[in-house]
Parts: sequence; C-alpha cells; structure tokens
Amino acid sequence: MQHFWDQPLSWGTAGIFAAAAIGVLAFVIFFVTYAIYFERKFIGWMQYRQGPNRTGPLGLLQSVADVAKLLFKEDTIPKKADRGLFILAPVLAFVPSFAVLAFIPYSLNLQFADLNVGFLYYIALSGITTIAIVVAGWASNNKYSLLGGMRSAAQMISYEVPLVMSVVGVVMMSGSLNLRDIVIAQEGYFWHWNFLPQILGFGIFLIAAVSELNRTPFDLPEAESELVAGYHVEYSGFRFAFFMLTEYIYVYAIASLTTILFLGGWNPPIPQLDFIPGVLWFFLKFAVIVFCLFWIRATFPRLRVDQLMGLAWKVLLPLAILNIFLTALGIELIG
Amino acid sequence: MIRTEELLLNVGPQHPSTHGVFRIVVKLDGEVITEATPVMGYLHRGTEKLAENLNFTQIIPYTDRMDYVSAMTNNYVLCHAVEKMMELEIPERAEFMRLIVMEMQRVASHLVWWGTYLLDIGAMSPFLYAFSDRERILSLFNELCGARLTYNYMRVGGVKWDAPEGWIAKVKVLVKDMYNRLDEYHNLVSGNEIFLSRIKGIGQYDAKTAIDYGLSGANLRSTGVKWDLRKDEPYSLYDRFQFDVPVGKNGDCFDRYECRMEEIVQSLRILEQALEQFPGEGDTMGKVPRVIRPPAGEIYVRIESPRGEIGCHIVSKGKAEPFRLKFRRPSFVNLQILPKLLVGESMTNLVTILGGIDIVLGEVDC
Repeated sequence: MQHFWDQPLSWGTAGIFAAAAIGVLAFVIFFVTYAIYFERKFIGWMQYRQGPNRTGPLGLLQSVADVAKLLFKEDTIPKKADRGLFILAPVLAFVPSFAVLAFIPYSLNLQFADLNVGFLYYIALSGITTIAIVVAGWASNNKYSLLGGMRSAAQMISYEVPLVMSVVGVVMMSGSLNLRDIVIAQEGYFWHWNFLPQILGFGIFLIAAVSELNRTPFDLPEAESELVAGYHVEYSGFRFAFFMLTEYIYVYAIASLTTILFLGGWNPPIPQLDFIPGVLWFFLKFAVIVFCLFWIRATFPRLRVDQLMGLAWKVLLPLAILNIFLTALGIELIG
Repeated sequence: MIRTEELLLNVGPQHPSTHGVFRIVVKLDGEVITEATPVMGYLHRGTEKLAENLNFTQIIPYTDRMDYVSAMTNNYVLCHAVEKMMELEIPERAEFMRLIVMEMQRVASHLVWWGTYLLDIGAMSPFLYAFSDRERILSLFNELCGARLTYNYMRVGGVKWDAPEGWIAKVKVLVKDMYNRLDEYHNLVSGNEIFLSRIKGIGQYDAKTAIDYGLSGANLRSTGVKWDLRKDEPYSLYDRFQFDVPVGKNGDCFDRYECRMEEIVQSLRILEQALEQFPGEGDTMGKVPRVIRPPAGEIYVRIESPRGEIGCHIVSKGKAEPFRLKFRRPSFVNLQILPKLLVGESMTNLVTILGGIDIVLGEVDC
C-alpha cells in the first residue's frame, strides 16, 4: 500500500484507494456484525442462556437480520429536534471511527497508511466522535439524551488524558509514534512485548480504553437503568445503527491498538512460531482483547459519574505520570 | 453569559428502573436532585373496594396480585385474619405447608430483589442467575398448585393442595443447593469494589426517622432496629424454629443489601428445620363452615412479608363479604421516605435508593 501513497494521484491510484477503503469497510462491517453476535452469544453463555439461536444456523444471521430491520425502519426525527444537527450527528460519529482504522498495521506489510504520528492520529480523530455524541444529545431535545451527552463529553475528555499518558511509556521505549515501528521494537520472545515492562501503563490503558468505549463498567452515557438509553434515546432506524456501528468500530480500533502497543502486534510469542502468518497472530491477540471486553461487560456493575471522574483524575492520571517517570528511569539505568 | 436552569425530569412511568409503573418527577440542578415528587397509582385496581362484593375465598386471588413477587405471604395474611376472627383450628400439616411455601417465597422474592437491584446498578448477569434460581422455586410451586406467580394456594382453614409425592425431598435438595449458590453470589457481587462504592453510605437514615416514617422489613432493620414479626409477634409456627433477625448499623443501601442477603440464609435455616419436622400425614384443611361468615367485629393482623409488615384489617358485619377490607402494604409505606432521601442526591443514586427500598408496584398501588 505504501508505494501508492508515494505516487502522484491519478485515476488508477485513486481507484485503488477507493477499492481498499471499500474492502476495509466491508471487513469492518463483517467484524461488527459478528462481534455483536459473539458478544450476545458469550454473554448468553455466561448467564445460563443460549444467546441468539433462531435466525440462521446457530443464530449466525441474527445480526444481519437486526441490521436489515434497522435499515428498513421508518426514519423518525422528533418534531422539536434540531433537524440539521440531528441528521449530522450519526455521520459525524461514524466517519472518524472509520478513518482511524486506516493506520492499523495488521502485519509487517499489510497497512493502509503508514503514519509517523500514528497514535496521535487516533486520539485526534476519536475526539471528534465525542463531539458527535454531545451533538446527538443536544439535538434530540430530550432531557435524558442531554444528560447522556453531557456525561459522555465529561467522561471522554477525562479518560483521553490517562489514555494518552499511559502510552507515553511505550513511545519512549520504542522511540517512535509510528505503530509499525512500535511493533518492530517488540520483536523477540513474548517477554519483549510491552505489556510486561509497561505493566502499569498496560493496566491504565485498558481501564481508560474501556471507558473510552463507553462500555460497562463505564457505560454511563447510555446507562440504561438511569438514562434509559442516554444520548441516542431518540434515534432509531439506520441513524441508531450508525451509533452502534461507531461503538463497535471503536471496539475494533481499541482492541487493535492494545494488540499493537502492548501485545507485540503481529509477532508470535516465541520466534520459532513465525511460520504462522503474522496476521493470524494479530487477530488471535485481537480476539482475546475483544473477548475480555465482553467478559467485563457480563461481570461488572456500573460506576457513578463522580466516581468515574475521580478515578480518571485522581488515580489513573497520577499513575500514568508515575509510569512515565519509571520508564524514563528504567531506560536511563538499564538502557 | 452563562445562564443555568433547573431541569424538570420525568422519570417513569415507562422507565427501566422504576420496577413497574412508578413515576417520579425530579427537579435537577445539573445532575443533583433538588426536589422529587413521586406519582403513583398507575397500577391501582381497587382491590379493597372490589373485595367488598366478594366472599373471602374469592378475595384470595386478588391478594396474589397485590405483591405479585410474594403472593404466598399475601394469601396468608388474609386467611390468617379470617381464621383469627372465626377462631378456626388449622391442622398442623397445613400450617407447615403454609410456612414452607412462605419461606420459599421469601427466598424467591429476595432473589428477585437481588437480581433487579444489581441490574439497576448496571450488572446484568446477577439478574439472570437470580432468576434461574427463582425458577426452581417457582417450578416447585407449580408442582404444588399449578401456578407460578399467582398461586391462590391458601384457603381459610388450610391449604388447597397437599404436597405431591417427593415434593418435600425436592425442597430439601433446593435448600441445600441454595447455600452454595449464595456463596457464589457473594463471591461474584458482594465484595465487588465498584458495587460497594455504589451502595455504601447512600440513602442513609437513622432508626428514629425510619420509625417515624413507619418503615418495616429490611428498610427498618438496616438501621439497627431488631423488629421482625416472625420473632416479635410469632404467628403460624415461627416460634418453633431457630433463626436470627439480621440487623444493620448505618441504615444505608449497603446495610439493606446485607440484611436481605442474610435473611435469605435465615429463611433457608427455617426451611431446613421445617422440612425436618414436617408431619408425615394429616389433613391440609381444617373444619371450616361451607360459607365463611366471620362474626361481626374488627380485626387487624400483621405478618412479616419479604418487604416488611403486611397487615390486613377486616371489618365484618357477620356476612360472607367483608364490610371493609384494608391492607397495610409495606411497599406503599416504605416508599414514603423516598422524596426525603432523594434531595441532594444524583440521578444515579435515585436508582440505587429506589431499588434499595424494594418496592413492588402491584402492592404500592394495590
């Protein structure tokens, strides 16, 4: 992919970019469809239930049917909603979520855009989704969604700080923000992966990431038991589908990022296993992270807003800064 | 220029955490509640008025539908009141059956509370675990009387159905399993840091306030008042069994949680003893006149339902129908403290506190 970027833009290269983008989109939508299926299935098993098992063999078509239903649903916009913003919000949420996927390196050569600012690009774009959620909450002209939107803004701003800070350690160790270089720096046995030397950063990253995703135990913006559905309470049909899609694409993005930053990306746990293609290793680790996210959802109760803020600012942020300090110390002493 | 405004938020009657059709109008300053006005009556069916045109056997199914999570205790309070008025003798086996189903019902009811409370707080799985256990109890009830929720099981003078063969053994197994399940639940939930931080110190009141508001059940006991009608005014056969009355200290949501969880254990203890002493044979129905006509007069009896003190006041004019029938419903009384507790709390705590009170809307609105 990289050498196409270096060529001048012509119809040919533009076509290739478009084809690649459609390919990624198709893959991501496939992922989202089955991530939802497996989430429901896993959580079902954890709760003595079957999960979806009626639509298609083993319920495999359940999510497809759900999406089809959402697409064919009547498009309703509340009368008192701010029409323009109401329509804009799902798009504004979805576009950056999809754009962040461009820079993920699945293996040494399979990457759509090799960005030197790598991780910063993710942070910059995912911030836009926060705006979309606030916009959605505001434009719906519903008190529940307003509260949900406000919570979401507060939460995402709070958790982006420890999220970025926790990665600084990794960046210091590999000397680059470029995700490809970060993975290359982790080559070797699994104890060369960042999650062991950066165990503190790894923990902070995971907690902050779950919060970024608005998933249990940090699912306050859409806290069902208090705010009914939070910011998307007035949305239905395909607009609602876009919000769901966004949410799961971020699951995809965060799971990929965790794999890359802390679990050695496409590297096998021991170099002797490198006859198995890197992409498979990548997706194996990726699947473990996604499973953990589902697992957490089935296990934990939800935090309260003030506790959530307290955790971000009073616990995670100081720890992240401590982690930076320790990493610097480690690099200085051990080299 | 920033201008702030109070937000008037209508929670319910269709809201996931109001446990039915309860509605509460809250004034919010940011996320802090400045005023809360409960609105109830969406499930009002006029049970008490309807009862005035029904004979006592016909009223029993109506009591099922009051506190539909704990129908057996409701059955009992009515039958008990009438029996006391008519001074009827209840065969021992019937009384044992009643006690066993009431205690099973208490376990089932507390399980529903436990599951839905955790659901309110955001944990999804406990709800399903609790319901799968409750399911076993309901299946046993189903075997006993053919219904799973509204049993219509008790009659004035005894119970309608005797225990089928092997039923007692099944209950014994259930009781044994429940201990293990409770351990699992405690492992999963009770020590969870997030859960504890959500309920500790929330919705606190002291014993005096609780008594002033007429609270009963775990809502009262969580403040340290040792008041359980099964112990203090023994009815049925409760004076024959050994059990403790768990009390809290601080009167917050955490203590209420602890009390209810411990009450399940105590109910299991009662069940164990009752099943051990269960008489091998005997009648399940006492000698009752064909038409039940309590003598003219008044009576008030009260028993301990899972939610607190449920009372039944009958005014009889010597007819087959009551002249006036009044239920003291614990959910309704316990709910009165809600507006006081909510002021100054956040939206999130609204759900925690409301869930902690443990209301059943069928009983609140009656």
